[in-house]
This record gives sequence, C-alpha cells and structure tokens, in this order.
Amino acid sequence: MNGISRRHFIKTTGTAGVALWLGISAKGSTRKVSNVATAKNFNPLILVESNGNITIFNTKPEMGQGTFQSMPAMIAEEFEVSLDQITIKNTSGEKEFGDRQRAGGSSSIRTTYNDMRKIGAAAKTVFITAAAAKWQVDESTCYAEDGKVIHQPSNKSLSYGELVEEASKIELPKEPRLKDPKDFKILGKVSKRPDIPLKTTGKAVFGIDVIVPDMLYATIERCPVLGGTLKSFNADDALKVAGVQKVVEAERIVGKHHFTGVAVIADSYWNALQGRKKLKIEWDTKGHESFNSKEYENNLRKLASQEGIIDKNIGAIDTIKVSSQNTIEAFYETPMIAHHTLEPMNCIAHVQGDKAEIWTSTQVPSTIVGGGVNDVPKLAGFAPENVKLHSMFIGGGFGRRLYPDYVIEALNVAKQTDKPVKVIWSREDTTTQGPFRPMTFSQLSGSFSDDGKLVAFKHKVISPSYQESVRKDFEKTKVDGTMVEGIAEQDYEIPHMKTSYVRADYHVPVAAWRSVTSSTLAFAHECFIDELAVKAGKDPFDFRMELLSKPSDTKRVFQKLRELSGWDEPLPKNKGRGVAQWKFFAGQCAQVVEVSYDPAQKTVKIDKVTAVIDLGEVVNPDNVKNQTEGAVVMALTAAIKPGITFKDGKVIESNFYDNPVLRMNEMPVVNVHILAEGGKIKGVGEPGLPPFAPALANAIFAATGKRIRKMPFDLKIS
Amino acid sequence: MITVTVNGQRHDIDADPNMPLLWAIRDILGLTGTKYGCGAAQCGACTVHLNGESIRSCCTKLSRAAGQQIVTIEGLSANNNHPLQLAWNEMNVPQCGYCQSGQLMSAAVLLRENPNPTDQDIDDAMSGNICRCGTYQRIRAAIHRAAELAKEGAKS
Repeated sequence: MNGISRRHFIKTTGTAGVALWLGISAKGSTRKVSNVATAKNFNPLILVESNGNITIFNTKPEMGQGTFQSMPAMIAEEFEVSLDQITIKNTSGEKEFGDRQRAGGSSSIRTTYNDMRKIGAAAKTVFITAAAAKWQVDESTCYAEDGKVIHQPSNKSLSYGELVEEASKIELPKEPRLKDPKDFKILGKVSKRPDIPLKTTGKAVFGIDVIVPDMLYATIERCPVLGGTLKSFNADDALKVAGVQKVVEAERIVGKHHFTGVAVIADSYWNALQGRKKLKIEWDTKGHESFNSKEYENNLRKLASQEGIIDKNIGAIDTIKVSSQNTIEAFYETPMIAHHTLEPMNCIAHVQGDKAEIWTSTQVPSTIVGGGVNDVPKLAGFAPENVKLHSMFIGGGFGRRLYPDYVIEALNVAKQTDKPVKVIWSREDTTTQGPFRPMTFSQLSGSFSDDGKLVAFKHKVISPSYQESVRKDFEKTKVDGTMVEGIAEQDYEIPHMKTSYVRADYHVPVAAWRSVTSSTLAFAHECFIDELAVKAGKDPFDFRMELLSKPSDTKRVFQKLRELSGWDEPLPKNKGRGVAQWKFFAGQCAQVVEVSYDPAQKTVKIDKVTAVIDLGEVVNPDNVKNQTEGAVVMALTAAIKPGITFKDGKVIESNFYDNPVLRMNEMPVVNVHILAEGGKIKGVGEPGLPPFAPALANAIFAATGKRIRKMPFDLKIS
Repeated sequence: MITVTVNGQRHDIDADPNMPLLWAIRDILGLTGTKYGCGAAQCGACTVHLNGESIRSCCTKLSRAAGQQIVTIEGLSANNNHPLQLAWNEMNVPQCGYCQSGQLMSAAVLLRENPNPTDQDIDDAMSGNICRCGTYQRIRAAIHRAAELAKEGAKS
C-alpha cells in the first residue's frame, strides 16, 4: 500500500443508495478512473453510505492480535469517527483491497501506520470541503468530529452521510494534513476491542464454525511416517460405516513437500472419523521409517565442526590475536516444536466446475486468492479469478496459518464431490503432521582483550533450513537468512564478529513459528552474553550496558527495564534475576525474570516477569499488554515443555497429554511496560517471545549457579 | 432418537448414541460456540454444563445427555451479562477467543460453588482449560472481578 488514490467514486449499493468508497491504490497508482469498473484497481477501505452508515474494512486477519480493531482505528482517528460509529468488516482477499491481506511478522501496524492515517485524513478533508462549499463558507472555519462536519462560527453541522454525494466529486488530497498526536482520541488510548463481546457469547465465527447448507464432512488419514507416499488403499470397510459417502485421495502441498492422504467423506464429522478407522492403507515410507530425533540431533552436533557459510563478518575476527584463556565457548540446543493453535486446521471448500469457494481461518487471504510462493489457485489448479474466499476469525495463528497446505488439501477433496465439504484435522493430525518450528543448535565463542574488553564474538547456527523447506528453488550455497535471524543485528558494540550457518538436510516440513528463529537463537545468544558477563566478573546488566556506549534503542529499553524491574534492589538467598533482550525484524523487547529456588525440593519458581516493549507508536496499549503477557506464556511453554520428536519415522507426541502447553497453575505474574516515544514503529505480536527463555535461564543461573544450555529445560534442578 | 434439553430447549436428536455430545451440539444443533480443541478432555474448549456441572463434551457420549439439561455458552446468560462475561469484557480477556467459551463455562461453575475464590481455587478449577494465546493472568483477574460484580449485583 504505497499511496492514496486521487479518485474515489460513487457506487450504488443495494441497501443504502449512494455510497462513497475511498481508498488507496494497491500499487500506488495515481491514474484517474472514470467509472466503477476500472475503480476496482483501488483498495477501498472506507465506505460511507448516504444513510449515515460507515464501514471500515480490515485487511489483516484477526487471530487474537487485535487487528480487527487496530487497523480501522488508525483510519478512524484521522477520519474523525468514533469506533462506536463504525461497522468493521474483515476482507477476504478481494482484489480491490490489494495484495497485502495477510497477518504475519508483527507487521500489521508497523507497516501501515502512516498509510492508514493518511487514508482517514484524506477522506475527512473531502467531507470538510464538501460542507464548506454547501454552506459557502471558508473551509478553515469548518472541522470534523464524530462523523460530521461542523461550521465553527454558526455551529451548524452536516453528517458524512448527508455529504456523500458532494464529497464524492472532490479529489482526495495526496498529502493530507495529519493530526497532532496530542489531539488523538483513539490511538494510544485503552479501548475495548469490538470482537470481545462476540468471544464471550460464542458468537464469533471461526473457520471451523462455518455451516454451509448441504455440507459434508471429511477427515484425512495421512502417512504417519512423514515423507512417505501412498501405495494403495482399500476403503471397502470404511464405506460400510453409516453416513460414509466416499473415500478419495487428497494431495497436500506444504512448501516443497507433496503428501497424499486418504480422505473419508461423510454426512457428519463423527461418521467420517468412524470410517477413517476402517481404512486399510499401504504406505511407501521411502526409507524414512528409521528416522529418529536422537540420531538427527547427533548429526547436528557433528555438523557443528564444519566451517559453514559466512553470514556476517565484521572487523577482522580471523586475524586478531586473542588468548585461549581469555576465550570461552559454549554450545546451545533447542527442540523442534508444534504451533498448537487451539483451533485445529480446518477448511470448507466447495468446487463447482472450475470455480472454488473457500471458508477458512487463514493468516494469508491474499495467498489463497493467488500470489506468493504458496499460491493456492496455482497449486490447486484454479484460475485466481475463480477462487472466492471467506476469511473467518482465527482460533490461533502463531505462524501455522501462514501455510495454506490445509486449504489446498481441502480443495483437492472438494474436487471429488459436488457438495461443500468441511475438512477438520484432529488434534493428533495437527500435532503429528507439521510443519514444525525447526530446532536450531548454536556454537558460540567470545574473547576478551587482556584489558578485559569483549573484542570477538562468534555465533554459528546449525539447523535445517526454513527456506529450503518452503522453496523448491532454494540455493543451497547461500545462507538462509531466516536461520541466522537477528544474531548479527544486536546493538552490542563488539569490534570483531562473525555469524555463520551450517545447513542440515531434513525431510520434515518446517515453518515459521511465532517470532520465527529468534525464538531459539535469542536463547543461545543472550544466555551466552550472560556467560561472558560471568567470565568478565561483572553484573550481567552492567556488562550489557558497557557494550552499549552509544545511544540505541536497546540502551533506552534497558534503562527503563532496569528501573522497573528493581534490578538493583538486593535479593535474599536462593532468589535470582536474569535479563535478556532481543531486537529483530518484528520489533524489540527486553525482560527481567525473577525466580526463587527451593533447595529442599530442588525446584525453581518464577516469581515475576517484567517486560519492556519498544513500539515507537501504540494503538491500543491494553491490547499490547495482553499480547506481551501471552508471548511470555508461549515462550515459557517452549522453554520448559517437551518438543516434537521422531521415532521410527513418526512423531511420538500426539495430543496435549504428551505434548503439553502451559496451564493456569503455572502462570507467572507478568508486568508489561510500553515505550512509545516516536521513532521507528515496531511490532507487537512477536517481540515478547525471544527474550523470555534466556532471561529465565539467566535467572536460574543467578539463583542456583546452574547454567542451562538446552531447551526444553526443567524447573526441577538436577 | 435421543431427547436432550439444551439451553432450555428440547431437541430430539437422531444420531449415533456414541457420538460425542460436542459434535451433536455443534453439527446437529448448530450451536458452534462450544469448540473442538483436542477430543481427549485435555484442553477444555468443549466445556458445557450437564445438570449444572462442567463436563468435557468431546468425551461425553450423546447417550449420557439423554433426558438431561445441557447449558452451552449460548445459554450462559440472556444478554452477555453473566458477571463473568461482564468482567471478561471489562478486562479485555480474550485474544483469539477460541478457548474462551470453555473458560467461561468452567469459571461459571467455580463461581457458583465458590463466590470468593482464591488464586489457588482458580488454579484448581481452571487448570483443565488451555489458552494457547496465554490469557491466564487476565482470566484470573477477571474471575476475581466477576466475584465482586456478582456481590454488587446481589446487593442491588
């Protein structure tokens, strides 16, 4: 979304007569349009109807991160309408709303903040101009408030609805004047999210809740050995189960991986599940039947001896002289994990001839209607204009719903029946079939000069490659930037640095998981910084601050964190604090974790977590706090709960009883502080995750003297 | 035919008596506020009340509900005004919201049985309900707040 279109147009709607659409062009186009047909190139986010109804469209799917409110809020602020006055509608990949209808990378606000405000401001301007012309007064004597224009001297007013016709004839200004932030009524204030009442009454409709008349249900048996292929199946017994109508093959495409499963289609989901139990399937496990995690992890450890591909080489690390006694090394390990969105993967597809209609929860509506590396119409064999999507509320995304494999698969099932079919993954399907966050192993070393300054730092990452899993055309001789995310970008001033990557082959599909590779690399990196502080004989916070002599965001965040966390207040015996921070593409957060150690029980308890998140600008502060509290919960689960492991080619874990997530009784107290001091606008959803695990591990070291170098780790100290 | 009363309304359901109540509620009665999360009584997203007690409808056979009173999230209050719902809204508890029907149904039984729950009581009653978004801190605070609201409501 690059610029505001110069034109908008009148459109007749079914219910409210004349309506005015305003928006920004998808590609920053400024060409004039003269009729409704060509205006479809535009991205109309505001709809004002002559009856006074105002609708603002949200292009970023709502998965709990708050975009259903925060996206329209940025427009509403400048448009001078209150949030109570507007109807919010989610978009579903329609071309007129542009090709950025996706939510991921904590990007929704940070990449659109100024554009959304401009859209609102430009729209407000034409209504003021229209009113002034009608009243034959000077525009400067008019202002807008609560969806109407007011003539200040006379106090007469006209609502936006009353001004629709006149306003639609006026050109939108290209560079409208934005409000002074001190006049903000919505942005930066705590405000109730409009989706919450829907979520306390069961009325919010998630993908899995959609009911399409005449719909069938399907469940799919997929090869338990990941990477296996379908040899043959016998559906005779399955077809005898009451309600089972058809058994078909269905291809699923996730990145470069193509899998084929066997789908049982029935009149109810329950009957489909009964039929699935009766399937007789022969798989070709393609040599993957002996694959196991232990062996694979040993292989990663061995690969650590390779030089790897250089990511960044700063200074002269290969030629400087450092003594071995001034050098320490460490090796860190993290597991593969599942996303565990509470709403399992599901999709309704209805294929009629060469047309497809889809109802689903997705982070990527634009991909489902065509585009990008996972272009659904292309992969499922439809013309993009023949695919119609209904994008629903999402019961948890966390990166999993960036991948439309479950949509492609549902389309392939639906091609084989005339009726709409709802494919639901069971929890076991969701746990065992991936894609998963890959594990990363890290080899680190740090060296001090004789006068005690940290002069050299190396971080080598050994892991499977995310990009290789996604792209067939991945160039193996190059660094997968995703897998070394952030490790060369911290603000610490270290003169000589080298970051590198050793790629490991992997046949298991891997995926972005909330905060992507920062969710594992920050653990290694920031724990090792702590180890260096110990080596230097310094307080871990002091040590970090000494590496931050110049002004930086990290320094500013740390200063606030030190004050709020009470870092300098002494702690009794068997208590400890740990600190960590992380700066990466999504944003920046730093945390202090305070723990107590019970030497009799040998257990650690988390007493409190203090988080400072740096945003630049904030839309809904309470929502940011909720997101960051949740990020800590997800990071704590990843730190202390078992990951996903393989034996005999199959995922061992299957449901929450053997792949648990954090529960209420394990919830620590989390205090979140927001920094919104202008400058670069940073993301909300992910930055709370990466610093948590290292801050916790560093706190455990402070309280117990035990250094943790492997996730998941136990709060029972051995 | 199995007769079940759901949110005060009688339904005659023609389905496999072994079908979990969850799927009967969702797919036959069309009450989709009750969610599928795990199918193994692990996550609590499917929590409903059977004769006033919390049950996991994903692991409760339809036959067990025959002749019984079921209440789902849609029947928790007439107008989103159960003290828990008021507190949930006041404190912006949900994120994605998928687990919240189950959280509210579990909390409703807790609050009815124990109008002044301590943190420990909340842990005990609510640890069967997973929130993957991690809203536990807010759920805890909102249950305390709902307890206050219930008392204010009783006084007025």
